[in-house]
Amino acid sequence: MRGPILRLGALAILAATPALADSPGGRPVKIALPDGRQVYDQICAACHLDKAQGSPDGTVPALAHNAKLADAHYPITVVMKGQGGMPWFSEMLTPAQVAAVVGYVRTHFDNSYADPVAEADVKRIAAAIKGSEE
Amino acid sequence: MTDSTAPSRRDLLTMIGKVGGAAAMYQAMTALGHAAETQFTGPPVLSGAKPGASVIVLGAGLAGMAAAYELQKAGYSVKILEFQDRPGGRNYSLRGGDSFTESDGTVQKVQFAPGNYINPGPWRIPHHHKALLHYCREFGVALEPFIQLNHNGFIHSTEAFGGKPMRYKEVATDFKGHTSELLAKAVSARALDDRLSAEDKEKLMEALRNWGVLDKNMAYTSSLKVSAQRGYDQAPGGGRNGAPTPSQMATLQDVLDPQVWTAMSFYFSYVMQTTMFQPVGGMDMIGKAFAKKIGKIVTYNARAMKVAQSDKGVTVSYKDVATGQMHDVSADWCVCTIPLSIISQVDMQVSPALKAAMKAVPYGGHVKIGMEFKRRFWEEDDNIYGGHSFTDQTITQLSYPNDRMFGQGPAVLLGAFARDLAGFQLASMTPQQRIETALKQGEVFHPQYRKEFLSGVSVPWSRVPWILGCTSAWSEENRKAHYKNLVTLDNRVVLAGEHASYYGGWMEGSILSGIDAITQIHERTQAA
Repeated sequence: MRGPILRLGALAILAATPALADSPGGRPVKIALPDGRQVYDQICAACHLDKAQGSPDGTVPALAHNAKLADAHYPITVVMKGQGGMPWFSEMLTPAQVAAVVGYVRTHFDNSYADPVAEADVKRIAAAIKGSEE
Repeated sequence: MTDSTAPSRRDLLTMIGKVGGAAAMYQAMTALGHAAETQFTGPPVLSGAKPGASVIVLGAGLAGMAAAYELQKAGYSVKILEFQDRPGGRNYSLRGGDSFTESDGTVQKVQFAPGNYINPGPWRIPHHHKALLHYCREFGVALEPFIQLNHNGFIHSTEAFGGKPMRYKEVATDFKGHTSELLAKAVSARALDDRLSAEDKEKLMEALRNWGVLDKNMAYTSSLKVSAQRGYDQAPGGGRNGAPTPSQMATLQDVLDPQVWTAMSFYFSYVMQTTMFQPVGGMDMIGKAFAKKIGKIVTYNARAMKVAQSDKGVTVSYKDVATGQMHDVSADWCVCTIPLSIISQVDMQVSPALKAAMKAVPYGGHVKIGMEFKRRFWEEDDNIYGGHSFTDQTITQLSYPNDRMFGQGPAVLLGAFARDLAGFQLASMTPQQRIETALKQGEVFHPQYRKEFLSGVSVPWSRVPWILGCTSAWSEENRKAHYKNLVTLDNRVVLAGEHASYYGGWMEGSILSGIDAITQIHERTQAA
């Protein structure tokens, strides 16, 4: 996974973070997230919590037993674009990682939407989002 | 400037000030190279307030309290509703005896010794944040230096220097030296002849020789001269063994590791430049000072549920979080400083444009970990007094206490300051796992860690129940589409807070936005 592509990814994160905010001075950290479960447990659980139950006040929605996940297009769009207080992950996760975690959440936490989520789906949606912003 | 009939710069400014008022004067000063550091030119002048005019402020953070303070001064009747049981919002400090509950119900109890603290939110103040410094000065909040750039802090990369932490002065000197040598080579090889005259070349080579500490062959090599910047193997001493010995420079390949230039570039940031400050005794001294000045106008433990408005006024319905009882409070105007990350919990009767803007701003998820150790080994053993060390591990950053240096007894350092994926990764852990991660990764810098560790507390902002995020993170697209709608008075309600500024994540932004919010209200009352 070393090489020019990863380096560019790191630069993109730098560019995406507001330069003026009071932020750490270290360079963006690389984290191994080999599958959907790891992405969920290490990243998404920060806000959606360990059982995908969401915040108690409902501000961070539960992903467990969530009918909005039926069409994978919706969760992919939210992850790539952000929504409300949730940041966009298009510059922090790779399309493969987004596909993996959306696939994982759609088949866990009392969700059973078995149709697979492919990296190509994520790339297609990413391109559409980019097009709509230009 | 020798022409005596030409107006002096001062004359010119006075003239512009007279003709165009303060704003024109400020713009002109900026153009002439003065000022430009902040948009703050002094507290707002809100003269001629209508007797009895009232404002309800939601949130007793710095934006809300600055707004309230200036409104009161102008003669408005002001009340504040605050969800928590204390003033300050994100301007707060955690000390021994405090406890902190995360959104999943996990409780942490802080066990620091008396006098020790961490500032989970804002923790450093740039010298050019004049609005904030103005209020600190006015309220007598004691400030002390925040040691930002410490040349003796560490830089660590798992992919360079054999994984060994290096001192900032070593890698910064070496980066400068190696790149100067390369540039000198390019100049000598006539690769830049299309850009440089013979005279330019001569000047540039002279600069590179001195700036980069190059040798007579324009090469960057280890020497006592270089050691006079990056440090010695044996430092200069006195008497018989006084002679210093040079240190060995790092390789070009190692100093090209992004951790090196990221740190160097960090210290060039406008908001990160020295001099920086912190309040003596904890960041919450600022929030407390504001609270004292505005007096008993804050209702604590009050959760805003609904903001209704008409052409006549605003009614806020709130719940007393202790008793569960609902109350209404009415005023002519409302300043709402509730963070956008949780504002969806409030039924806000505002225009569709403002509603859309309220939903358009994501929040960062920074994490800080405060760790108390039995003694200041970073000072005693490692000669580090304040400032930072950086790493490409999850903890991202260590920061050393800037106060009470040389003190005996337990002291608290910042054992992690992480954002983005690293921040989410730490937030996803249990408090015990976070501390274990901080110990394990921090040992890279300080092998004394385990032996000296006493206790720690971690604050994952994405799990702080009253905000569920750290600071606003506007994208350029959202800024273009929504910022103006977000900050503009919507009939009788106006939003304020760091999210309603171009200074996201800084107290200065909160205060400037609070001032602009009440200025809009005041202008509207004057126009009516």
